[in-house]
Amino acid sequence: MSTVAVLVETRGGEATQPTHEAITLARTLGTPVAVWLGAAPDPAQNARLGIHGAAEVRVVPAADDARQPARAAAALAAATADADIVLMISTFVNKEIATRLALLTGAGVVVDAAGVELVDGRVETLQTVFAATWNVRTRIAAEKAIVAIRPNTTLASPAEETGAATTVVVDADLPEVSETIVAIEPVPAPEGVPLAEAPVVVSGGRGTNGDYTLVRELADVLGGAVGASRDATDEGWISHEHMVGQTGTTVTPALYVACGISGAVHHRGGMQASGTIVAVNIDPDAPIFEIADFGVVGDLGDVLPQAIARIHEHRAG
Amino acid sequence: MVDPTIGVGNIAGKAPLMGTEPRPATLSRMRILVTVKFVPDLQSQRSFTEGAVTRTGDDGTMNELDENAVEAALQLKEAAGEGEVYALTVGGDDAVAAVRKALQLGVDHAIHVSDAAIAGSDVFGTAKVIAAAVRKVHDEAPLDLVVTGMAALDGLTSMLPTALAAELDWSQLTLASGLTVEDGTATIVRHLPDAHETVAAPLPAVVSVTDEANKPRYPNFKLIMAARSKPVTTWTLADLGISPEAVGLGAARTVVVDASPRPPRENRVKVTDTGDAGTQLADFLIERGLA
Repeated sequence: MSTVAVLVETRGGEATQPTHEAITLARTLGTPVAVWLGAAPDPAQNARLGIHGAAEVRVVPAADDARQPARAAAALAAATADADIVLMISTFVNKEIATRLALLTGAGVVVDAAGVELVDGRVETLQTVFAATWNVRTRIAAEKAIVAIRPNTTLASPAEETGAATTVVVDADLPEVSETIVAIEPVPAPEGVPLAEAPVVVSGGRGTNGDYTLVRELADVLGGAVGASRDATDEGWISHEHMVGQTGTTVTPALYVACGISGAVHHRGGMQASGTIVAVNIDPDAPIFEIADFGVVGDLGDVLPQAIARIHEHRAG
Repeated sequence: MVDPTIGVGNIAGKAPLMGTEPRPATLSRMRILVTVKFVPDLQSQRSFTEGAVTRTGDDGTMNELDENAVEAALQLKEAAGEGEVYALTVGGDDAVAAVRKALQLGVDHAIHVSDAAIAGSDVFGTAKVIAAAVRKVHDEAPLDLVVTGMAALDGLTSMLPTALAAELDWSQLTLASGLTVEDGTATIVRHLPDAHETVAAPLPAVVSVTDEANKPRYPNFKLIMAARSKPVTTWTLADLGISPEAVGLGAARTVVVDASPRPPRENRVKVTDTGDAGTQLADFLIERGLA
């Protein structure tokens, strides 16, 4: 079985859920090996990576270097010399690392993939394009493959045989780079599940008139994250981190609820591949209804409280 | 949080120095090249033909996110007081529409790299072609910056700026929501999910700007008329000293083997609220096991 390396994404010193999804996916392609850039993880982290199948946890002590794509790519290259396939989570930063890594190793790259499989010994990927209206299958013709995979496209599950998750420290010579990070201002982590990883997303747009109380309440009831349209973030009603769309966060939750969002193509491109889509909008001609499995023409102030009450009533049995 | 700003002689946090201000003696002319891409119009029926995005003049246009790149370049030149902005595109005959649009917005020069051998290139082949064209302009008189959009709204991979910076061995400043240039250094602010970074690098640099960076101008009648008579320089691979085998489908590390429209969602329901739509919505979610 060939080695399939997975770049671990961390938050607060812990591997994220999409990392475990990627390790689960890696099991279908070969022997998963996790690559951890930064200070060595604590044993609980190793154990969880092992449960999903990681045979090794290769640690490259890289600290803040991982913020610079060329240095992160060099660290990753040092840790993945034996890997035919490198998987990572599809984020803007990782796309830069993937590009640099491909230039170092000659690998072919696909980003924003929704799936990966081996066909006749070659890596093939599945993506959706054009605002998720087309499916595309891509073959990686190079010997080595790098695939950046979207969160929520594989269900993380424990391996039949737990991986050893043995820690291996890898030394890497990191190149000098001309860019200097002058300042890093941390963004407070949102409460609950991050938008890109959430199984349910409830988004509010212009129709909220800036009041997110009902949107948040429905998100809480459904165990989801709060999203927004570009209109809403431009108005300053909610921070940019919440923006769902082609230039914000792309989401593929099992359930997407669009509240007072007209559904411009930029927004649809960021959510159209979601499982079930529900839309509530006062405008019967809003384009969001063209892609909604269940659409309600109505006022948010009437519809949302009634839906929330009904869900509570159902749960109370 | 730092306001997005584009300006010369301004470091994030201070007021930008715009074109109306007297030009400091230390500033030289700004020479900037903007890459623009010809893509199918977002509102059109987009499709694939033989593994590649269908690009025709009828429903194609300049990638919308490249308008932010053009705007950033124009603002920097205007703030510096003098300089040149080049727009460069790579693609078939129809792709010239992308640089024509850039001319309408006010760039000074347009370059169209076109060669049948480029078709099917992956991002690394495309970066090779653009880098050679950038070097050709740079050799005539040094460029300060290459500015790109954050992504093309057809493929959305966002890989080109990084590949181009690596190919040129220039500084890489990507996803800028603010950009300033002073004393041979470009400084950007980039909003990542976990942190807002301020990154500085010496010129020349490749900078990609986000749609937060500025509000693109509209072409005015005068510029549209002027753009008609402006020449577009056309280069082939031979002009750039690139062998046809180095790019195109044959050199591509990735190949699209299948593309098909996704089936439309079936059994869609749309109700108009007459008093119980909220309950119907909840029941729909409960029935699907989602609530």
